[in-house]
Parts: sequence; C-alpha cells; structure tokens
Amino acid sequence: MILVDGLTKRFGATRVLDGLSIEAPSGQRIALVGSNGAGKTSLFRCLLGEYACQGSISVDGLDPRRDRARLLRTIGFVPQIAPRLETPVGAFIRYVAEVSGASVDEIEAVATSLGLDVAAVRKRAFVRLSGGMKQKLMIALALGRPTRLLILDEPTANLDPAARAGLYDLLAARGRHTAMIISSHRIDEIAPLVDRVVELDRGRIVLDDTVSDAGALGSTFFAQIETGRPEESFARAAREWGLAQVEERRWRGTIAGPDRLRFLGFVARHAGRLAGVELREAHRENGNADTHSA
Amino acid sequence: MLLASPDIARDLQDSGLGSGLAATFRLEVSQALRARWFWAYAAVFFGLVGLLLVFGLTESRVLGFTGLSRTLVAYIQLSMAILPIFVLITTVRSLAGDREAGVYEYVLGLPVGIGGWYAGRFFARYALAVAPVLGALVSAVAYGAARGVAIPWVELGFDIGLLLAMILAFVGLGFFIASVASSVDLAQTAAFLLWLVLILGLDLVLLGVLIRDRMPVEGVVAIALLNPLQVFRIGSMVLFDPQLVLLGSTAYAVFDVFGRVGFMVWSLAYPLALGIGAAYAGFLVFRRGDLL
Repeated sequence: MILVDGLTKRFGATRVLDGLSIEAPSGQRIALVGSNGAGKTSLFRCLLGEYACQGSISVDGLDPRRDRARLLRTIGFVPQIAPRLETPVGAFIRYVAEVSGASVDEIEAVATSLGLDVAAVRKRAFVRLSGGMKQKLMIALALGRPTRLLILDEPTANLDPAARAGLYDLLAARGRHTAMIISSHRIDEIAPLVDRVVELDRGRIVLDDTVSDAGALGSTFFAQIETGRPEESFARAAREWGLAQVEERRWRGTIAGPDRLRFLGFVARHAGRLAGVELREAHRENGNADTHSA
Repeated sequence: MLLASPDIARDLQDSGLGSGLAATFRLEVSQALRARWFWAYAAVFFGLVGLLLVFGLTESRVLGFTGLSRTLVAYIQLSMAILPIFVLITTVRSLAGDREAGVYEYVLGLPVGIGGWYAGRFFARYALAVAPVLGALVSAVAYGAARGVAIPWVELGFDIGLLLAMILAFVGLGFFIASVASSVDLAQTAAFLLWLVLILGLDLVLLGVLIRDRMPVEGVVAIALLNPLQVFRIGSMVLFDPQLVLLGSTAYAVFDVFGRVGFMVWSLAYPLALGIGAAYAGFLVFRRGDLL
C-alpha cells in the first residue's frame, strides 16, 4: 500500500511536486505519465528516499527516509538513464545481489530471458555495453530479486520486440502481489501494462483514471501479414518482430499483448506495401478470449 | 569515531551487518582499477621511487643523508608536493562525478544503508590512495635490503605513519568537499583553493608574517599546527634532523613550543582526526538533505 499525502518538493522557488496526494493499494499497476518536468522522476526519488520532501510518504507502513534500507529491500528500480559505471558487469551484478539479498543466478536468469548473454559481457565495463544491453541488465537487476514494488522509468526504451515480450512475460509472472509504477512520456507505450493511469503536470495530478485493456499482460496475439510484393526492408523489420516468412509474401508470428499497439505502428509504417493483415488474440491468462481483426 | 556513530551503526545494521560497507568497498575498488587516474597515480609513485633509486641509493650524499635515508627523505618531500592535490582532485572528481553520472541515483535506490555506502566508499578511496604510495616505498626498501643497504626502520615506520595520516586527512577533506559541492566544477575549484591556501600557509608566508610582526607568535604557531601540510613537513624531518636545520624558523618555533615527542604524536594524531572529522561532517551534510 502506497500512501502519499501533500507531497511537496521545491528547488529554490520552483515547486517540482506541489501538494501531491495519491493512494495505491498493494498490487496495483500505475502508469505515471506527463511531459518533461511534470514531476515523475522527482516523485520516484521521493519514494526511494533520495529526496527530502515535505508531506508524508509511506510504503507498506515504512518511511522512505527513516526506514530506507528496509523499504528499499522490497523495491526494484529501473532508472531511465543507466548509471555510467566503469565496474565490470559481473562485479556489478554481485554488488546488487549482495546488498539486496538476492541471488546472482536469479538475476542472470532474468537477464538471459531478456536476451542478454551475461557470460559474454561479464568482464566488460557496464558503461561500455550498448543501450539495449544496459536496459536489459537494469531490468534483470530489478526483477531478479523478490520485491513488492517495481518502479520502472521508461522500461521499454532501447528494447527490441523480443526483449519487450520477455519483459511483459516477466511482469505478468509477478502476478498481483507486486505493485508497479511505470513512467513514460507516452501513454500508448505503457497503457497495456497497467490498470490505472496517473498524469502529472507541473507537480500536480491532472488525471487519475482506471484502465480496462483487452491486451493486458500475459496475453498474446497471432499476427499474419501479406504484402503486395517482396520487400527487403519489410522483411528485416518483420524478422525483428519475430515473424516467420511462410510464403513469399506472407508472414506469421505471435505478438505480446502489451506490444500490439506498437506492432500496429510498425504495420502502419508499411501500409503502402500491405495486401492483408490479421491480428487475433491467441491466448489469454484469464480465459476471456476475444478476437480483433484488421 | 566514524564507525562509532550511532547513526552509521544503525545504517550498517539496517543494511545487513555491514554487508553494504564491504560490498561498496569492493565495488569502488573494482571501479577504480578500471580507471586511468588510478594507474597514472600509481605510475607517478613507482616512477618516483625508481628515479630516486637510479639517482644513487648509496653513492651520493645530500645534506648529510645517504642510502635509504636519503631516498626516504626525498620521497617524503616529493609526496608532500604531489599527494595532497592528487588525492583531493581525484577524490572530489570521482564522488561529484558519480553524482552527475547517475550512479548515486541508482545505487542509493538499492537497499544499502547510507552509512555503510559512505563508509565503504571512504575506506575504498583511502585504500586506493594508500596502496601505490606504500607499495612504491616497500619496493624501495626491498631493493635496498637486497643491495645490503642499512634500513632506517624507526624513521621508515614513522614516515609511513605520517603518509597514512596525511592521505587520510586529504581523503576526508575530499569527501567533505564532494558532499557540500553541487557539481564537479565547484568541487574541483574548492579542492584546488583549499590546496592553495594550505600551500600559502607553509613557511614562506608564515615567515613573512613573523618578520612583519603583524601576528603574535602563538597565532602563527597555531596556524602552522592546523595546517596538515606544515604538520607533515615538520613531522617528516623530526627524526632525520633533530636540530631542524633544514626547516624554516616557523617550524623551529613550533618545535620549540610543542616539544619533540609531543609534535611527533600531534603529527600523526591531528591529520587522522582531521580526515575522520571532515569525512564525518561530509556524511552529516550528505545525509541531511537530498542524496542526489
């Protein structure tokens, strides 16, 4: 349970959080959206006890400043920008595992499920990894340990479709015992992951709404695309989405439910080459199957 | 004193009986071993010792010192010129730089107690600063022993103590500056200014003050006793030069007022207290407000 009451954070005369109050029950998944400077990162930093703020914050009855270490043991955090650490990847994983009481093997297993070959980069400096590799490792470090709250700042940035699908599976596997706060500049990027949307503007909540989404975590969609003629650029993009070429102009595959809006964006970019598109929900955790075709 | 603080003790307990300290220590060391500054720093001290050995371990005599005594005196004096600014700048650059590089945001979002994290970094930086200085000195002693040169054990032991104390003082001051300054530029400027003030507080300026008689001797002595560079400078000569012939009149005045043994104790205790006190003050400042 997260309780935030009258939270205010000032930098000089500027209020980046302005009397913000929010209450979230355990297990809720919240999308935190807003433009730059809306206060998303400041709210995260207050929740993590990194900022001294006015007002009160309580997460499961613990104060982020007073009970820092105890509270942070239950929180997994993925920052928007990875730290510029010269430390070798192996030493970095060991450090996080040691201070958070996690298992190196579990963290590495999560990294592997996201498509990161830890053994190949173990001795490489973390800062020398590609953007996507860093993102995968940061996610693995947050999800590879037992937590009750995940704070994810633009978690899908830099991830390829396969890694995003892996992330959605991992989040779905967490079930309802893990609350999540996921931030993004764009609601369409994260709406399928959450059941509540909170929009911030200049440190205040301007929208607080619930989301009911057919393509929630755990669902998958069967996709089939037919093109008017063979096209190499389309073929490359389709392969990145994990689609297999079944005939010369026909492609098939499955898409993670939360990724379908992004997938439709890819389809739209190649609209001039399309002869047919089918997108159908193939599997649903809660069993309420329905079908969408285009 | 640092570890005895109830706040830090609580933090350490909170983060799993000091595991945060030990883990942070290892992380900091592994990070530094990848950094160019550390190897440049180590190369300077090993190069220094190499040069001193090449330019005559036993053959030459300078101001009455020969063999390893001469090497030791020269090494200590050169260390005084190089160590403070090197330790200050690398410490503040690294700490303030990590804040700007998003390292604080991520690491302090992990369940590591602030005290354990801060102490882990402090001890790691201290160990990293000490290792090349001591390593080079031990190499020189081993080389001298292999050549059959007499080793001045008492002087060597005391000078190692002085070096350890001085490094601690400047690592602590570096931590304090990095905690107070909000950016790398500001931290570096503050570190450089501090070093400049301490340099100005050495003999020449103090002599000038004495000559012009604008300040009572006690005031000048107090300034000298509070300047870690001056304390180190005098301390490093006490065993080799009991008459303080090589030092300026201010040093002689300090020596005269304090007494020989008293000053030897002070020259070890004061930098240690200064370093730990500065680091602890930095911790209090750091913990009080925003951590980023």
